[in-house]
Amino acid sequence: MASASTVFNQGSLGRSLSKTLLVYFKEAKYEFLTRLRLRAYSISTISFPVMFYVLFGLVLNPKDAPLGGTTVAAYSIATFGTFGVMGASLFGTASGLAAERGLGWLQVKRASPMPPFAYFAAKVALGMTFSTIVVLLLLLLAFTFGGVHLPLLDAAKLVAILAAGSLPFCVMGLAIGYFVGPNSAVAAINLIYLPLSFCSGLWVPLMFLPKVLQHIAHFLPPYHLAQLALGVVGAGQHESNWFHWEALIGFSLICLGAARLGFQRDEGQSYG
Amino acid sequence: MIAELQEIQNQAKKKSGGDGAVIASLNGASKSFGDVHALRQVNFAVRAGELVALLGPNGAGKTTAVKLFLGLAKPTTGTVSVFGGDPIHADVRTRMGAMLQVAKVPETLRVREHIDLFSSYYPRPLRLDETLALAGLQEIKNRVFGELSGGQRQRVLFALALCGDPDILFLDEPTVGLDVESRRILWEEIRKLIARGKSVLLTTHYLEEADALADRVVVINRGRIIAEGTPAEIKASTAGRRIRCVTSLGIETVRAMAGVVEVSRNRDALEIRAAEAEAIVRELLMRDPGLSGLEVSSAGLEEAFLALTQDRNNT
Repeated sequence: MASASTVFNQGSLGRSLSKTLLVYFKEAKYEFLTRLRLRAYSISTISFPVMFYVLFGLVLNPKDAPLGGTTVAAYSIATFGTFGVMGASLFGTASGLAAERGLGWLQVKRASPMPPFAYFAAKVALGMTFSTIVVLLLLLLAFTFGGVHLPLLDAAKLVAILAAGSLPFCVMGLAIGYFVGPNSAVAAINLIYLPLSFCSGLWVPLMFLPKVLQHIAHFLPPYHLAQLALGVVGAGQHESNWFHWEALIGFSLICLGAARLGFQRDEGQSYG
Repeated sequence: MIAELQEIQNQAKKKSGGDGAVIASLNGASKSFGDVHALRQVNFAVRAGELVALLGPNGAGKTTAVKLFLGLAKPTTGTVSVFGGDPIHADVRTRMGAMLQVAKVPETLRVREHIDLFSSYYPRPLRLDETLALAGLQEIKNRVFGELSGGQRQRVLFALALCGDPDILFLDEPTVGLDVESRRILWEEIRKLIARGKSVLLTTHYLEEADALADRVVVINRGRIIAEGTPAEIKASTAGRRIRCVTSLGIETVRAMAGVVEVSRNRDALEIRAAEAEAIVRELLMRDPGLSGLEVSSAGLEEAFLALTQDRNNT
């Protein structure tokens, strides 16, 4: 029984490095083209967090009001930024994978000599790219309409943290994509995404949530990413950054294990 | 791995005489999904340069056999060998092409973009214009997949199977659901492949299709191979002739004659199936001088196939 990792490697055997890179490039290029032309993904992943930020960070609340050591407008970049990153990552990976897996397209690709890792990498690249775009848009709004003054270095740090923080949710999306059907994927993602966002304090700041939820939040990955982002805008809970990174890395590894289980199940390797 | 493959090929060449060497085989392969036995102890080979049709009704195990060949599923018992190796290895996969039944293909990519991506998976793909020409897609290369007709969609999937210039192609029900015209176009494309020296395994439940394309037909039903041969041999191996006549002889009398496989009454005529017609016609005329409306025809592949699968179902 070949393990998944040997299957991953065999894809690049006998191929020159440049040829392998070309496969990765084309896989990503056509993944982007497919999704951009569909519009549903690009429009909804970008417009929802932007809309929420404008509503709750700039319009409905006084944007200069103090909140957790900074202003509402600055605090909201971190929370709605995390919210946007989660959406772009989960929908970028899970819905495509679930549909292509459930409707037979992934099988056509698996029958070809495509290196399987290129397929997953393309979806992760899509999720991370759209995550970055969302964060950049929120920052632009914050600088132009929110009266937020963030040193350029801190702004760059914020983008880097949230872009990197997209990775755990991309992996989570791959795991979800392996265990939901093509038609129920969007519903399943929302069922995980929305409650997780709320309980992690992404919509309503944690301090306004019941005590019990504040405790539960410590076990939720979006909480940790939001805390890292809040730390940059001066509103963190003063826990160690390493603690948050470790939580996110641990969460990624669990999701990676689940995704790998799904991959092996599909490869017909765990069933005799 | 490559050296190994070449050696296997050389050995295969030595062994091959008039017949092509075996390049892909299922050896005593069974596949069960829980209580369902999709394949039972199947021995089956594809030889270099031939087109084999795996013919059977829906649910016979055709798609499962293709999946085993492609390494998309593992046999419960027995082994699969393609070019002397396991089809899960990328080295073997670069020499295979596959056309599978797929419910949905990304619809926003253009035909040439789909081909460009799949071509990049292979070490020595055909040029884009060659692939387009072979699959008859030149005119629609810039259309997005979602705008294509059923026949055009199947031809794109066919193009993806052949764009890597593989040595063997697995086509799972390539013309299912197509109208007669689209089916004939695709048949022409498949014949072009054979002319290029490729080996093809094609599954179908269209008997006409197996008859029109295949060098060899393997009939499969309920996970077992029940007959194998050229289309002509398959016809001959069952009731090869159909005799129709109006006679005063009773059904039981006719059924008792040597060589008669089956008799049925169709309005005022009797329909007799038999391996050889001559002896039976002679005896019929001898016993019933008033016999009229005599017709002798060769049983179609369809009848041969039905007879084969029914016989197996009854036992």
